[in-house]
Amino acid sequence: MARRVAVVGTGQTYHKSHRPDVTSREMIHEAVTAALADAELTIREIDAIVIGNMDHFESINYVDTYSVEGSGGVMKPIMKVSTGGTTGATVAIAAYYHVASGLFDRVLAIGFEKNSESDTTGAIITCSDPVWDRFSYSGAIPSLATEATAYMEKYGATQEDAALIGERDRNHAMNNPYAHLRRPFTVADIMNSPMLAYPIKLGDICPRSDGACACILAADGVAQKIAPKPAWFKAAAVRHTYTWFGDSTDYNKGLVSMQRASKDAYAQAGITSPVDEIDVAELYLPYTWAGLKWIEDLGFCGPGEAPKFVAEKNTHMGGKLPVNPSGGVISTNCIGATALLRVAEAAIQVMGKGGARQVPDVRNALATGFGGCFWTDVVILSSEKP
Amino acid sequence: MPTENAQGELLKVTFTHPMPYDWSIGLYGSRFFQEIKENRRFIGIRCHGCGLVYVPPRRVCGPCFTELTELVPLSDTGVITAFSVVNYPFIDPNTGAQRPIPYTYGYIRLDGADNIFSHIINETDLNRIRVGMKVRAVFRETEKMEGNIQDIRHFQIIG
Repeated sequence: MARRVAVVGTGQTYHKSHRPDVTSREMIHEAVTAALADAELTIREIDAIVIGNMDHFESINYVDTYSVEGSGGVMKPIMKVSTGGTTGATVAIAAYYHVASGLFDRVLAIGFEKNSESDTTGAIITCSDPVWDRFSYSGAIPSLATEATAYMEKYGATQEDAALIGERDRNHAMNNPYAHLRRPFTVADIMNSPMLAYPIKLGDICPRSDGACACILAADGVAQKIAPKPAWFKAAAVRHTYTWFGDSTDYNKGLVSMQRASKDAYAQAGITSPVDEIDVAELYLPYTWAGLKWIEDLGFCGPGEAPKFVAEKNTHMGGKLPVNPSGGVISTNCIGATALLRVAEAAIQVMGKGGARQVPDVRNALATGFGGCFWTDVVILSSEKP
Repeated sequence: MPTENAQGELLKVTFTHPMPYDWSIGLYGSRFFQEIKENRRFIGIRCHGCGLVYVPPRRVCGPCFTELTELVPLSDTGVITAFSVVNYPFIDPNTGAQRPIPYTYGYIRLDGADNIFSHIINETDLNRIRVGMKVRAVFRETEKMEGNIQDIRHFQIIG
């Protein structure tokens, strides 16, 4: 039987499009220092480290060694994990495995990205298959746009339905002092923004951010001594479909990796009715349509029901199941850290440290990672030790 | 010796050199491009475990994790399952230059195949392209074929 594990501290940098004042390793140091302060621990008390970012992006390989003085990993067990956009959640899950195994009591999980140091679209194109996909692929936006066209065709959803997701998340970001884009944004603003790749407009898509995030995980027996209210892992699931776009994009089936990962996570957590039993969700929604399509794949509502479910404000702050109190990915996107930020923000909600973005009385919080070629990670954190 | 670094002097280093690579296409992938050159049609490969026909052909069915051997001839036509018209400028890492825009990125279910093929569709007018439309591959002139994905110029809508 694996040991129970909880998040006991989180830290993140502020987010900007360009941080010329720091190197990646210095930016990582800011996040790690914040996480240690949050948990009231010193780096000496950390037993192992898992770190990740996007392969290729800043052309810095071996980020575990590159960043070692920033992460605090000098002469500690440290491993790099990189799984594309899901990296941050995979880093958290790998750290969870470390602690659950019984081999380490306190493990630090780190994600980071300095998008300003790379050509993000070019780097993402190099993540696609060089023989088959790279010629026609043009980065994240058009592949997501294909999902949106298929969804609109199937269910009659409109561009305004999707824009409401952007309005919601960008307004939520007003409550988050760490968010990158913090100014009011409306459906009309999104509808009037330039068309990048039909039907995705500039206002529908996430920004490129510089930033880092760190979480500290601890074992049952240790966690309670560190945090007054630890955020316990109730579930962790990873599902990867193919790497070739043609094998992962049968939109009649939906986002299969998210369906399977969430089903597995709900079974682990004993959740039978997600919309009733989950109190808040921090979802990796890189574009607005994901806030419709993917909450159906997560089982928050039925197929084709998301536009109505969202329009009825069920996912706004104060709603039945608030989504992205932090402002989400549409407000902040330092890619290798983005999915770890979802886990950190879910932990913050469980620990009651959300300040202006806090949802009241959170018992179960769900976090997702999305990336690669339509891949999914799901984490469920809880105030109750499972 | 003064150690102060006046603010506003945040410097950066730049790297701009090309880094070439060679990627193996593999046995069945090579056959795929040879079939285009010789017969101007596609080939897929059938899994005896699940019965699915994959295109491009590959050696292993992921879900069944079994070796594939039965190549299946396909035609040059298919159906659009999803698409997007790309409007934003970006540097193409394949060439180092800006990719010509606008162009239409499309997912196509080739007739006789069970999975989806991604390529370019030569229609950027949103009033003239829809999910479900039938398309046909337009190939390069045979003597100009190089055995890569650009031996298919694009797909064109045929109804």
